[in-house]
Amino acid sequence: MLQQAFNGLVGGAFYALLALGLSVIFGMLGVVNLAHGAFYMLGAFGAFVALDSFGLNFWLSLLLVPPLLGVAGIVLERLFIRRLTPLDPLYNFLFTFGLALILQDLVKREYGVSSQPYPRPPALDGTVDLGLFTYPAYQVFVLGVSVLMCVVVWVVLTRTRVGMIVRAATERPELTGALGIDVGRWVTPVFGFGIALAAFAGVLAAPMRAVNPLMGADLIITVFAVVVIGGLGSVFGSVAAGFAVGLVSALGNLYVPALSQILVFILMAVVLLWRPAGLFGREEAFR
Amino acid sequence: MLRVDRLSAWYGEAQALREVSMRVDEGEIVTLVGRNGAGKTTLLRCLMGLHGSYGRTTGTVSLADEDITGLAPHRRARRGLGFVPDDRGVYATLSVEENLLLPPVTKGSQEPWSLKRVYETFPPLRERRRFPGTKLSGGEQQMLALARVLRTGARLLLCDEPTEGLSPLIVQQIGEILREVKAAGVTVLLIEQNVHFAATVADRHYLLAEGRIVESLDNDQVREREHELLEYLGI
Repeated sequence: MLQQAFNGLVGGAFYALLALGLSVIFGMLGVVNLAHGAFYMLGAFGAFVALDSFGLNFWLSLLLVPPLLGVAGIVLERLFIRRLTPLDPLYNFLFTFGLALILQDLVKREYGVSSQPYPRPPALDGTVDLGLFTYPAYQVFVLGVSVLMCVVVWVVLTRTRVGMIVRAATERPELTGALGIDVGRWVTPVFGFGIALAAFAGVLAAPMRAVNPLMGADLIITVFAVVVIGGLGSVFGSVAAGFAVGLVSALGNLYVPALSQILVFILMAVVLLWRPAGLFGREEAFR
Repeated sequence: MLRVDRLSAWYGEAQALREVSMRVDEGEIVTLVGRNGAGKTTLLRCLMGLHGSYGRTTGTVSLADEDITGLAPHRRARRGLGFVPDDRGVYATLSVEENLLLPPVTKGSQEPWSLKRVYETFPPLRERRRFPGTKLSGGEQQMLALARVLRTGARLLLCDEPTEGLSPLIVQQIGEILREVKAAGVTVLLIEQNVHFAATVADRHYLLAEGRIVESLDNDQVREREHELLEYLGI
């Protein structure tokens, strides 16, 4: 059971990284980025292509692919999303949904729907003795580096001036402008950063998950549930809910396998009944 | 300092301001008086450049002889407009001190208040500087909203009813701060329903009705007509 709980935390790490980016983007831009899963998928494929065509190993991919896709996100924000933001939110909803389908199909055309093999980095090929059980070293690494990433983002958000501006602009964008801060200037890098986080999760997923065009689409529905459970726009909530949902679905798998697919959504419904703004959401977000 | 020329504003098809022209001179405290829905808050938001997403506007606004009509809100703030919104605009996700430090100091206008001076003037803010901004009482939040723009060195404060819902003691304190600020040369445009308070702190008053400025009053006129005005305002 402990091992299954650990599996759940590792799975939760991916939810947390994706939900974190989604949450920051939603908070700052008011955009529900339905293409987030596609960028996760592109991250994994980026690592695959880097190895397959350029011979770049996992570590270089982890370093290079996220910033590259982050830049792609910045271009996307500048060219399209920025123009659609003043319109009805539905426009960006449809745009990012369409974009996700296009990206998926482009990858599908090139590589088909079957999963591509991606080896674990040799340094992390073994297992680690965790005392109560042994566990694959790579999975331990994923968990550690995800937690570290979440902590770094948390520190930046709570302890730096940039983080303060992001928090203020997330809470009250209009007022923040009236207090002399050019909110628009911060929107683009925040979007790029959110995309880079998704790509980072994608690269991390490549050696342990099936690398195929639909891997993002499969995951992102659960990630949306995570964001809703944590509270829309709440960074801490997204991360906490990410790990919690990972844990719940892994243990659900063990004890009530029949419910495992819908357990997350039952959890979401219960949380929403109890706290309509999510666990860490603020009611003001709905004004 | 501030000159407004034939300013009109709409919410969709509904016109909220009708050719408002007014001015506030340097070092003056001027109040906007009027019933709910007369257009006071809309006027203040137009001056700050915040009406754009709600509907169109026409007319011009200039600050210190510079046309600021087309400027984005953050550029207006950097030219010395200090905005204190009707709900005080205190951030829940920022600590009291972060709330104070958020707006950048503007260039070459008033002497900006240092954090030290803010804390000396408003001791409760120092005591709770690590608390989330919204954990303060209503009066303390109002102090915070005022202190926040004073710290930027704003030369014209736009205050949307800073005394609303506060105890007489705190209203008195806000009056003292406004007089102190005025003595330092800061200009203030103030929305105020409390006409008695208005007459004690301000130099002049504009009476707004249905989106128009219908009268310009001085303090003596306000005192003479206090009962009539109160009745008109429905207080």
